[in-house]
Amino acid sequence: MIRFDDVTKEYSRAGAALSEVSFRVRKGEFVFVTGHSGAGKTTVLRLIHAADHPTEGQVKVSGFDTRELSARETAMLRRKIGYVFQDFRLLPDRSAAENVAFALEVTGARQSVIRTKVGRLLAQVGLAAKARSLPSELSGGEQQRVAVARALANDPVLLLADEPTGNLDERATRGIYDLFRAINAAGTAVLLATHDAELIRHSSGARVLELDHGSLVYDSHPDEAEAD
Amino acid sequence: MASYTVREAFAAFRRAPLLTGLSAAMIALSLFVVGLFGVAAHNIRVVLDRIEARVEVVAYLHDDATPDQIQALQAEIRTIAQVRDVLYISRRQAVELARQQLSGFEGILSDLDTNPFPASLEVTLQPGQRNADAVHRVADRVRGYPFVEDVRYGQDWLDKVYLLRRVAGAAAIVVGGAFAAVAALIIGAAIRLAIFARREEIAIMRLVGATDWFIRRPFLLEGLITGLLGGLLALPATYGVYYFLSDAVVELEWMPGTWVVLGVLGGALFGTYASARAVRNHLQDV
Repeated sequence: MIRFDDVTKEYSRAGAALSEVSFRVRKGEFVFVTGHSGAGKTTVLRLIHAADHPTEGQVKVSGFDTRELSARETAMLRRKIGYVFQDFRLLPDRSAAENVAFALEVTGARQSVIRTKVGRLLAQVGLAAKARSLPSELSGGEQQRVAVARALANDPVLLLADEPTGNLDERATRGIYDLFRAINAAGTAVLLATHDAELIRHSSGARVLELDHGSLVYDSHPDEAEAD
Repeated sequence: MASYTVREAFAAFRRAPLLTGLSAAMIALSLFVVGLFGVAAHNIRVVLDRIEARVEVVAYLHDDATPDQIQALQAEIRTIAQVRDVLYISRRQAVELARQQLSGFEGILSDLDTNPFPASLEVTLQPGQRNADAVHRVADRVRGYPFVEDVRYGQDWLDKVYLLRRVAGAAAIVVGGAFAAVAALIIGAAIRLAIFARREEIAIMRLVGATDWFIRRPFLLEGLITGLLGGLLALPATYGVYYFLSDAVVELEWMPGTWVVLGVLGGALFGTYASARAVRNHLQDV
């Protein structure tokens, strides 16, 4: 589903963010991308989301070379990739339901479909009772759940999460992690970038990719990935 | 999807009414100045048209020209493409006209032993053929006919009128163009402010897979409505100043309806264009 072949990414000011990174991720896999700050975790997610393109090498998502995609094709690809951030990125002047609906409206979905789906998604993340609340009226954990519901709105085959628990307390972190696990169990591949070693330690069986200064230094399940 | 565009465009007005009002006011101010210039340009044109309508070529004839020769000459001048009509004024008619036009000098005219006025042909030109070049061409041609002693057409003032028209035309293009450019810059800046205020929303739109066209549409509609609003605000303001000037200073004519419609639509078009440019630039940058 995701294929990195000798991917190098250099930024004109910051220099090399990734150096000759190669890995594959299968459909439905749960993968931690870990490493210290500046290791290249966010760059990996941005390359998959086609928000950036590699300086060298090739990134393929669902068989498509992200560099070859037109603007419209990129938009279509992104509808199949959910993205969750550390800072939630919710629209502050819209309710939880409206934030989730936003992701469906861009696809041109009908209002009746949007209403039904938003209700189901908020129930799935445990926030059915807070559909009308503004982000400022929700806790950090609840805001992240809204962001997850929005990421799931278009039935993604892949969910990218960039330090999704970075702003959350231990309890909320556990709740969000469990939510990701449930989403993964339903068939959606999850790539979770985190430097939270404790979270990874408690997640037995998950694949771990470790980056250090832009290089892939550890892959816990390389053979499984190659088999896909 | 269309309902989303309309809803978002109007929601933007609700979310930032001050910015929208300011944008519309800026557009209104620019169009108000363009409108005042339009009133001035229209009235200059009206005055010039009135002067132009009176342009004619007068051919003074030799006294020995016979009626047959004059008739033949009249017919020949009528064949010139630019000529609308040729009116013969006999010597007797000329002195009568002089008496009517020079009231107070009747005594002098009565004391004359002989009629000093020559017979003439008054040549009126087709509308659109009264510019200096056309008048010169007709006058030169008429001058070449036998029995024509002299040709007059107020060459000096005609040249001045057409110089004034050229200057007014050039000023209209330069000043109107300058104000239009300023209006476009102001609208563009206002829309850029609106886009900046909603940059996070645009980033999220891209994140969830919105196409660039989908992102652009509410902003284009917002620009169109703001521009239209500016145009509709500028209209009564311009009319108010016109009404005051016409009532208190000098009688003026209001602009033709097509100019007014074009002005208001121009505001809407400017708003849409400036918005399209601003969104395109923003989407290229992010």
